[in-house]
Amino acid sequence: MGLTLTLRQPSMLAAMSIPPPTGQVEQPAIHVHGLEKSFKQLKVLRGVDIDVARASIFALLGSNGAGKTTVVKILSTLLKADAGTARVNGFDVAAQAADVRESISLTGQFAAVDEILSGRENLILVAKLRHLKGPHAIADDLLRRFSLTEAGTRRVVTYSGGMRRRLDIAMSLIGNPPVIFLDEPTTGLDPEARIEVWQAIKELAHGGTTVLLTTQYLDEAEQLADRIAILHEGRIIVNGTLDELKQLLPPAKIEYVEKQPSLEDVFLTLVGARTNKEQR
Amino acid sequence: MNKHFVGDTAVLLGRSLRHIARSPDTIITTAIMPIAFMLLFVYVFGGAIETGTDSYVKYLLPGILIITIASGISYTAFRLFLDMKGGIFERFQSMPIARSSVLWAHVLTSLVANLISLVVVIGVALIMGFRTGAGVSGWLAVAGILVLFTLALTWIAVIPGLTAKTLDGASAFSYPLIFLPFVSSAFVPTESMPGPVRAFAEHQPVTSIVNAIRDLFSQQPVGTDIWIALAWCAGILVLAYLFANLTYRRKVS
Repeated sequence: MGLTLTLRQPSMLAAMSIPPPTGQVEQPAIHVHGLEKSFKQLKVLRGVDIDVARASIFALLGSNGAGKTTVVKILSTLLKADAGTARVNGFDVAAQAADVRESISLTGQFAAVDEILSGRENLILVAKLRHLKGPHAIADDLLRRFSLTEAGTRRVVTYSGGMRRRLDIAMSLIGNPPVIFLDEPTTGLDPEARIEVWQAIKELAHGGTTVLLTTQYLDEAEQLADRIAILHEGRIIVNGTLDELKQLLPPAKIEYVEKQPSLEDVFLTLVGARTNKEQR
Repeated sequence: MNKHFVGDTAVLLGRSLRHIARSPDTIITTAIMPIAFMLLFVYVFGGAIETGTDSYVKYLLPGILIITIASGISYTAFRLFLDMKGGIFERFQSMPIARSSVLWAHVLTSLVANLISLVVVIGVALIMGFRTGAGVSGWLAVAGILVLFTLALTWIAVIPGLTAKTLDGASAFSYPLIFLPFVSSAFVPTESMPGPVRAFAEHQPVTSIVNAIRDLFSQQPVGTDIWIALAWCAGILVLAYLFANLTYRRKVS
């Protein structure tokens, strides 16, 4: 504790003379302490503590009903916590909800897109609601980035699951919010679509966005996350990098096993081969 | 009030109006039942109904307009329910917008959709021989009553839209509203009804609204009916608005 204070002091002094570098930069993008939430008799969260560094991907792992979505809903101001504090981008979710909403984007479990509108209209809608200038240009740019330009004028009801998710994530990027919540972003997607979505998430973090994602797929957390926390029975039972988590188990033994392709490898090879053939 | 309220409401209204433009069947379905009732009552039952007026379609139309609105507002509950079930409602709630604009957009959409349905129904009535000597001020008064009634019923529709568990539940609440005109002066004069039914018919909102519109169409002095009608509409509107907003606040926080 004392160490961080001494480390911080020089920059705090600097901040006094030169305005911009605010204290916010050093705060974690998301800070959660002692978060509790009950639904009637059911205690869903029993004291959750999380810190997420800026521009990192943080995965919240847990089985169904562990409370992952509840955490995300509290952080995105959709639910009020019973106890504890939660700050997003330096703003308290309860006291400064409007500032939090300016700082975040939420992509919920069900693709939050308007099926009757076209993909482009969905993007324009969000850009307008974020009160941005040039909503049409913003929409066209995002359609390009997410390879949806051709489908842009089609109604979303005709989109595949992967396309919907991509549009959903594209909608979340409008206005470049510093923090993005992705609640089970790949649930219900086929393997190819999952990889597309993973790629999009990785690019986000490269661009400096903080991503908190929840998932029940262990490989997803392994693929994407800088840090992983496991939420179990309303508490965070472990929190660390992938390597740190691996060290919790006894060291790996060296065993020689025949390398079998996984079903996913088989599927992707076959499907990939076919798409290549069709393209020719 | 949030400084973005008007702008956000306009953007969300544009979205909902696009929905209607792309599924005009909601307007047609809204208009079909009242038109069917109108045909049935004018050409089948009408000959046996003694109203003491020259034209039964003229007698009937005000009640038919009420039925049009009562069936039209169930689409507000329907659309709100779909927004709640899909993720888009949560997306809006997590964005820096004026939160009340989400409801207002649906309410104003209902107003636009119902006005279109009403125009369709009145058009059919004109073909069936409905004529009125009412001037601009008379028509404006009729429109005013209908707008107020639509707003009142729409705010009622917001409540099941927010709270329903199933799609059927979201729209089923409108059935009693559709049948309310049948126990009123809409189809037959209340004088022909037995005592208790007549007492109910004469003291429920539809009768005074129907009578007021009927007087306006036939250029009769409207008397106290219009004030009773306006009082009913305003009363229902205020109560439904307050209750809907209470439900909404409970839902979103």
